[in-house]
Order: sequence, then C-alpha cells, then structure tokens
Amino acid sequence: MNDTLEIALRLIAVFVIFLVFPLVVGQTEHKVMAHMQGRLGPMYAGGFHGWAQLVADGVKFAQKEDVVPAGADRRIFHLAPAVALLPYLLVLLVIPIGPGNAVGEVIDAGIFFVLAVMGIGVLGSLMAGWASANKFSLLGGLRTAAQLMAYELPMLLTAASVAMAAGTVSLPGMLDAFEWWWVPWQIVGGLVFFTAGLAELQRPPFDAPVADSEIIFGAYTEYTGLRFALFMLAEYVGIVVLCGLTTVLFLGGWHGPFADELGWLWTLLKTLALAFVVIWLRATYPRLREDQVQKLAWTVLIPLALAQIALTGVVKVVTS
Amino acid sequence: MALDNLPEKKTGWPGSGLAKGLAVTLRTMTRKTKTAQYPDALPELPPRSRGVIGLFEENCTVCMLCARECPDWCIYIDSHKETVPPATPGGRERSQNVLDRFAIDFALCMYCGICIEVCPFDALFWSPEFEYAETDIRELTHERDKLREWMWTVPAPPALDPAAEEPKEIATARKTADKRAAAHAAEAAAATEATPAAPATPPAGESGESAAPGESSAPGTSGTSGASGEGAPS
Repeated sequence: MNDTLEIALRLIAVFVIFLVFPLVVGQTEHKVMAHMQGRLGPMYAGGFHGWAQLVADGVKFAQKEDVVPAGADRRIFHLAPAVALLPYLLVLLVIPIGPGNAVGEVIDAGIFFVLAVMGIGVLGSLMAGWASANKFSLLGGLRTAAQLMAYELPMLLTAASVAMAAGTVSLPGMLDAFEWWWVPWQIVGGLVFFTAGLAELQRPPFDAPVADSEIIFGAYTEYTGLRFALFMLAEYVGIVVLCGLTTVLFLGGWHGPFADELGWLWTLLKTLALAFVVIWLRATYPRLREDQVQKLAWTVLIPLALAQIALTGVVKVVTS
Repeated sequence: MALDNLPEKKTGWPGSGLAKGLAVTLRTMTRKTKTAQYPDALPELPPRSRGVIGLFEENCTVCMLCARECPDWCIYIDSHKETVPPATPGGRERSQNVLDRFAIDFALCMYCGICIEVCPFDALFWSPEFEYAETDIRELTHERDKLREWMWTVPAPPALDPAAEEPKEIATARKTADKRAAAHAAEAAAATEATPAAPATPPAGESGESAAPGESSAPGTSGTSGASGEGAPS
C-alpha cells in the first residue's frame, strides 16, 4: 500500500512539473523576449503584468473548433499531437532533481532511455506533416526529419562522452560520480549537446521546419484548437526537458553548496538559467537557412562531438 | 551558397559577432521599454500636433476661404446676411455675415492644415485632441458646437527656439518703434541746436518739418528723413 502511494505521489509530482514548468517557461519567454525587443509583452491577462496570459491562451485554444482537412489521414492526424507530447512526459520521469532518491523513476540505462524516447517526439511532427495532406505540412515534416537525422548524432555522441566519463549510463549514477572539473572538461560536449537539442526542438535559430515566412507553420499548419495547443505545449516541455538534461549531464545537476538539503533548488536554478538562454538565443539570432542548418550539424557539431569523445577518452585513460 | 563565399570580415575572434548579438539583446532587456500604454497612459504629443481642427467662431467672418481652399472639400459653411443699424445717426446701414453652420467632415479631412493657413482672421486652430473615433462614418462630420469645444483644447503656441529669428509681426513692430525713437531723438537734437541760434525757426518747422532736421543734423540723414515721414502723421 505504501509503495503504491509513493509511486502515485511521484507520478503526480512529475505530472505537476510537466504541466506547470512549460507554462512558466512560456510566460518567461513572453516577457523576456518582449523586454529584449524594448517592449512590455502581455500586460492585461490576470491583472498583474499579464501573468495569466498563457492560461487565457489555453482557454482560447479550448474554445476553437477542431478542424481536420478533408484529405487528411484522420487517425494519424489525431494521434500526432499525443506522439509529440507524451515522450517528453516520459523523459521528465527519469530526470533526477536531487540527491538520493529524488527522481520519478530510476532507470539503469537512463541516458539510453532518454535519448531514444526524445527521438520519438520528433515522430509526432513527421506524422502531422504526412497526415495533413498539405504541401507545406509535408515540407515541414521533411525538414523535421532531415533535422532529426543531422542533430541526433551529435547529441548521442556528446551524451556518450559524459557516460564514458562517469562510467555509467544511469542518470543518478552520473551525478553521483560528478566532480566539479567535469564542467570545463565536458564544456565543448555541453555546448554541442545544447545546440543539437535546440535544433531537435526546432527552436530558433533552428526553426526552419516551422519557418512561417516560407512554409506557414510547417507540420502544424493544419492544426487548430487543442491539438495545436498540445504541439505548442510539447515545444515548451521540450525546453524544460532539454535544459534539465543538459543540467544533469554537463552542469552537475543538484551539485552545489548545501546539496543535501538544497539539491533540488540547484537543479531548478540551473534548468531555469538554461531556459533563459534558450529564450535569449531566440530573441537574438535570425533563422538559419535549411542548408545552413545541415552544414552546421555535419561540419561543426559532429567533428566537435568526436573531438570531445577523444578528449574524454584520453583524460579517462590518463587519470585511471 | 553564395553568401558563404563572401570574403569574411576580420573582426576579432571567431564567434565574436554572435557574442555581440547576445550582448545587444541583453542590454536592451535591462533598459526601459519603449511601449506606450496608450489607453492607460495618454501619449505626450509634440507641440503643433495635428489632432483635430478647432473653430473660434467669433473670429469667423464667413469669408469662405477655408472652404474654397480645402483640397477635398470637407468644410461646410452656411451663412446669411444681417443689416446692422448705422453707428451714427444719419449714417449708412452696414451688412454683416452671420454664421449658421460650420462643419468639417473628418472622414474626408486629410489634415493638410491649409484651412488653418489661409484663414485671414485666425478662426481655425490645430488642437492635439485625437480621440474622436466613431462607429459610423457619417458621425465624423462634426458641427460648430463640437469644433468650438475643441477650441478650448488648443494649447498656447510653443516658445520659439533660443536662436530662432524673431516672429515677423514682432520684428516689424520693433523696426517701427526703433525708427520712431530715432526720429524723436533727431527732433530733440534739432530742437536743442536750433533754439539758441534762431528762435524764428519753430513756425517754419511746422510747415516744412521734413526739411528742417535734414539740414540741421548731418549724422544719419537717411534714417531721419525716413523716420520723419512716418513721424509726421502721428
């Protein structure tokens, strides 16, 4: 009985994080981006500096008609948002937020699980693009596929580098083995992982798959109402997951002063700081052209990731 | 790929441009925003803002110049004549224009301000008031009472720039005043010079005033001759 209760509590906690954090990141994005552009951003919804803007958006989305195009593959079209969103919920489950047992569910092959499941999320966009019976959606879906091909590799390589350094593929295990000098040691890998993660989330400047000036909204062009909102939610959960993973793999997760009591706070702070960087990048850089996106992945990120693995191997052999 | 082949500018270490971009957005974030929260906070309009046209009826003589100069014919004026009894007994009766209707169709008005420029009697003014949107285009034709209300929102003319030229009317007035002062001074000088020498000149001065100072006072002849001509009627 106690076990069931504990599992239920953990699941509820993860679910609450899954629902709340994306909204926090989204609202921060509204405000931070606005101020970076000399604007104020939302000011009315909720009364105080538009804090309830995303709630209002949610209500608006819920009221809209759920339209399915005549030529669409209905079942796939309906399924796509769930496929895009649920993997991130599963990933959230295994990200450790504090020392000891503070994780939704310990999985021994955590890093494998995380990377494999995050790859599935992109399938949602592919399904949406294919099922919409719209050429812009299809183009967006194909671009998503190309981006997934290009950026999954550097992500895997850099994650493998951390796994080599820690000697384990379990996320809590990696954090237990963490030393402060891992941060400068793995910094290149961290940058590559973060950049590749951005590209996989289709966040600016890697948002060619949803480039509105070229292909309307890519794979999500035909979506309305709640299903569209689910895609947007997936993007923001994706930010939370990517920042959390980067924190755990490259920034030492809950490590920091008073880690035993305040470990969760350190994870939170690092994740939010990275989320700020995600927003900052969006407000600063223009979108990369499709060929530039590919060129960056294959000629810059993958060589860097390989170099990081070599460095990790050398240091590992020397120190052991 | 043409962009990739451009010769690269040598500006610092690789990625310095990216860092500069990040610095720009971060700096902007810490600065004050430019957003005007309009309905909550009214904008600070510059002087001479062209919001709406106010009418000062008392100055209007129904000369119709504004209506005729208006490029899109958006000014409507109706009037009739009234006779005014003679001011002095036995005099002639005068006729006077009385304004019946003065309306501006702000749906047509293009805010060129020509009506205000041409008005010879200063009856039209720019007001910075701008919140007079209507839901029906026909209600944008505003009658004289509304135009008169706007008259009270006309601000005082802004002060001139420190180094600006004097306004024409003040410059003219000052010139006249200077000339008169010069004439008076010349007259006084002539009087002080003339009185001890020949007491017979004052009667001659009344008939030929312009000639007398010209002969007696050598300095500033051109100024005094001009001033005496203006000084004579007063």
